[in-house]
Amino acid sequence: MSELTLMKGNEALAEAAIRAGCKCFFGYPITPQTEISAYLSKRMPKVGGVFLQAESEVAAINMVYGCAGSGIRCMTSSSSPGISLKTEGISYIAGADLPCVIINVQRGGPGLGGIQPSQADYWQVTRALGHGDFHVLVFAPSTVQEMADTVQKAFDLADKYRMPAVILADGLLGQMMEPVAFDEDAEIKMSDASNKPWAATGHKNQRKHNIINSLYLQAEELEEKIRNRFERYEQVKANETMAECYKTEDAEIVVAAYGSTARLAKSAVELARKEGIKAGVFRPITLWPYPVNELNEACKNAKKVLVTEMSMGQMVDDVKLALNCRIPVEFVGRTGGVIPSPAEILNKIKEMGGDK
Amino acid sequence: MTNDILLAGFGGQGILFIGKLLAYMGLYADKHVSWLPSYGPEMRGGTCNCSVCISDDPIGSPLVLDPDILLVMNTPSYDKFIGNVKAGGKCFIDSSLIEEKCGRSDIECFYVPATELANSNGLKGMANVILLGKVIKETGIASQEVIEKAVHKVVPPKKANLIEANLTALKLGMEQ
Repeated sequence: MSELTLMKGNEALAEAAIRAGCKCFFGYPITPQTEISAYLSKRMPKVGGVFLQAESEVAAINMVYGCAGSGIRCMTSSSSPGISLKTEGISYIAGADLPCVIINVQRGGPGLGGIQPSQADYWQVTRALGHGDFHVLVFAPSTVQEMADTVQKAFDLADKYRMPAVILADGLLGQMMEPVAFDEDAEIKMSDASNKPWAATGHKNQRKHNIINSLYLQAEELEEKIRNRFERYEQVKANETMAECYKTEDAEIVVAAYGSTARLAKSAVELARKEGIKAGVFRPITLWPYPVNELNEACKNAKKVLVTEMSMGQMVDDVKLALNCRIPVEFVGRTGGVIPSPAEILNKIKEMGGDK
Repeated sequence: MTNDILLAGFGGQGILFIGKLLAYMGLYADKHVSWLPSYGPEMRGGTCNCSVCISDDPIGSPLVLDPDILLVMNTPSYDKFIGNVKAGGKCFIDSSLIEEKCGRSDIECFYVPATELANSNGLKGMANVILLGKVIKETGIASQEVIEKAVHKVVPPKKANLIEANLTALKLGMEQ
């Protein structure tokens, strides 16, 4: 590995995309993720890749659609309002079974909202990132190093299951600098369409046409497409969940949090432990598929679960579903761009009876 | 050990730059570090601040609300943050730019006429680095070796001619 360098989360993610073989990036600026575009506009031409600033978010995601159809690793990034604009294209990409990576560095919403960090797009990304029956892979890193490491994973799994992958970050992770290391000896190799027999690369009269499409006018045909896709989703659910458990072994109160809020939850748990409260943190790294088994394992000694998010409480639903509501689940959080303090989380832990 | 540090002033004073310099000093001293800028509707001449955490343990929140150390270079930021400094904390004030004197007895304040020192020593625009030098002296946050390594890393190659000036400014601050 190389020496540690301080990088913004946005920059680390952009560098990692190049190292993962992302050959084409289609962007459109929006705070707080514009550093991704800025970084790639400088780096991409030097490594033989393509950086293109589209005329809108809608254009950018449709460029991704076309590029992904040719079997090339490609990516777009935006922040909450821009992601809403991209959802039509994302639905088409999912409907055409194409792999790509989409970055959402979340800010406050709804509407134009604000530009400060938020986690209010959880429902959108895990439930309906566009119309129709489909899922996307969702990764939620919580450090700058993990922002970088997750990109490779996202591209690999997107290719493996032929579906879009989203990295759900927020303004805090995007803007902060932390030490990050890349493998300096690794060769940068742009992706091509090899190993993608479905890609539309030109049939040259040697094979049947590969058709990239999401339109199926025969209901039975569309149903079969969707059923096949959902069989694949079952494979994803069975094999690709990721989570981190922090001091949950003996925890009576488990704090469930993802992304940057998980960092705050860890600080709160440290404070709680100093006061003799048995608390721990469950941090899902994949939000879809949700790490159901991992959560249940983390909660084996838990009397209560506290969910904390920078929203009005959206992941609460998945925690309750995963636990089948067998343990009481409470919520504490801030929204609109306000970052909760570890002390606020600690107070809630105490209020929940952790101060006995 | 955790040092939560808040650096604040006007945009253009180099607040983010000394924050990065400080973060690299922490990194080269084998600590966990984070750096977070305020990124509201900031502009040149508007207020600007940045949070730096230097810790023996992994860093939870990179956002510093109640600093152990406050470095401040304009009056609006002084007024906004002086009350938030933790008891037992330290505050470093550019007294060329801020006339107020702190009435708190539970924190230690250091008044350095950094802007005047910069101007009279041919280091115009380096009041920020001079004030950071004082922080290093009073906190022992970095050794000379670490300081030099960090300056070489943070000053961009295109401005390599400013490495010496930065080191001189840090030294000047450490002599105050």
